[in-house]
Amino acid sequence: MKAETSPRPWAADIYRAFKKLGVTQVAYVPDAGHAQLILDCHADEATNAVSLTTEQEGVAMLAGAWLGGQRGALLMQSSGAGNCINMLSLAQECRFPLLMLVTMRGEWGEFNPWQIAMGQSTQKVLENAGCIVQRVDRAGEIGEVVFAAGQMAFSTSRQVAVLIGQRVIGFKDWSK
Amino acid sequence: MPNETQGTLDRREVVKAILEKRGDALVMTGLGSSCYDAGVHDHPNTFYLWGAMGAAAMVGLGLALAQPSRRVVVITGDGEMLMGLGALATVGARKPDNLSIVIMDNELYAETGMQPTHTARGVSLSGMAKASNFAVAETVFTDEDLAAGIAAVYEAPGPVLLDVKVSNKRYPMSIRLRDGAHIKNRFRENLLGQKAFD
Repeated sequence: MKAETSPRPWAADIYRAFKKLGVTQVAYVPDAGHAQLILDCHADEATNAVSLTTEQEGVAMLAGAWLGGQRGALLMQSSGAGNCINMLSLAQECRFPLLMLVTMRGEWGEFNPWQIAMGQSTQKVLENAGCIVQRVDRAGEIGEVVFAAGQMAFSTSRQVAVLIGQRVIGFKDWSK
Repeated sequence: MPNETQGTLDRREVVKAILEKRGDALVMTGLGSSCYDAGVHDHPNTFYLWGAMGAAAMVGLGLALAQPSRRVVVITGDGEMLMGLGALATVGARKPDNLSIVIMDNELYAETGMQPTHTARGVSLSGMAKASNFAVAETVFTDEDLAAGIAAVYEAPGPVLLDVKVSNKRYPMSIRLRDGAHIKNRFRENLLGQKAFD
């Protein structure tokens, strides 16, 4: 099986979903799966793209965004979900809307054993922390799922995480 | 054991002096004593954290980016700031000119039994803020320092960090308002009017 090396056209679908949702703050810890989206957000003058040292900062930052009347999204890799857990109490207790896009590792053709622990527990720990979790495993559906998740997050004041499957993102070929 | 940076300023007097000058500023507190200090002067433009330790500075950043024409003042403790130190780097890299962080630094975890924090052992939060690209970063020991510091909190291009060395005096809780959703809705409705319900 070949590792996917082609560009990810769905990054533009997510960006369009952000514009439709009125997202103007995008906080992130970089992940290769989100590389193009991060570039697009930085290039957009109407968007505040903020690089974080750790994912939990983004949970707090987007609570502040909402307090100030703006909508945001938090981009991370599955390894970052665990960093957020106590901070998600802020979203749960205050009913802050929170849209998280999580690119998955540790679940499909993973070569790095250190990614398995968090990748395999991401959905469970997010759900235990009060987050609604929606998965997407087909590239063509990512934009639609992100828009639907965002509408639910912002309209019902809930935390919603979209897990973007590693199978869509592609994995590193470790066979050679 | 006292050390050379142990403060003498009274935390309730310090917070009173800061909040008297608030004008239309938006205020964010950390959990514990800084929440109770600000709660004495409750205002709908204040958002209180009762948990989520380490969140205060970053909630302040998101709010400052969303409301660029308003000054955002974070009032938190040394323990709370130490739990989210990465936020100093994130704020310094983004450099919002309307964000000020004031730390009520008693060098103690007062809520959990008065254990010393790292600031009692030679760690300087203003030094970290300076090294993190803050526009203003000072440690405040005296009333004179405080007056100059408060002017910077509201007037200087930020980000501003004041590390105010306060005494170890403990005060009782003040504000009873602790339902997070209510605090959020009150803050948003006051700031955004009907747009809060869009």
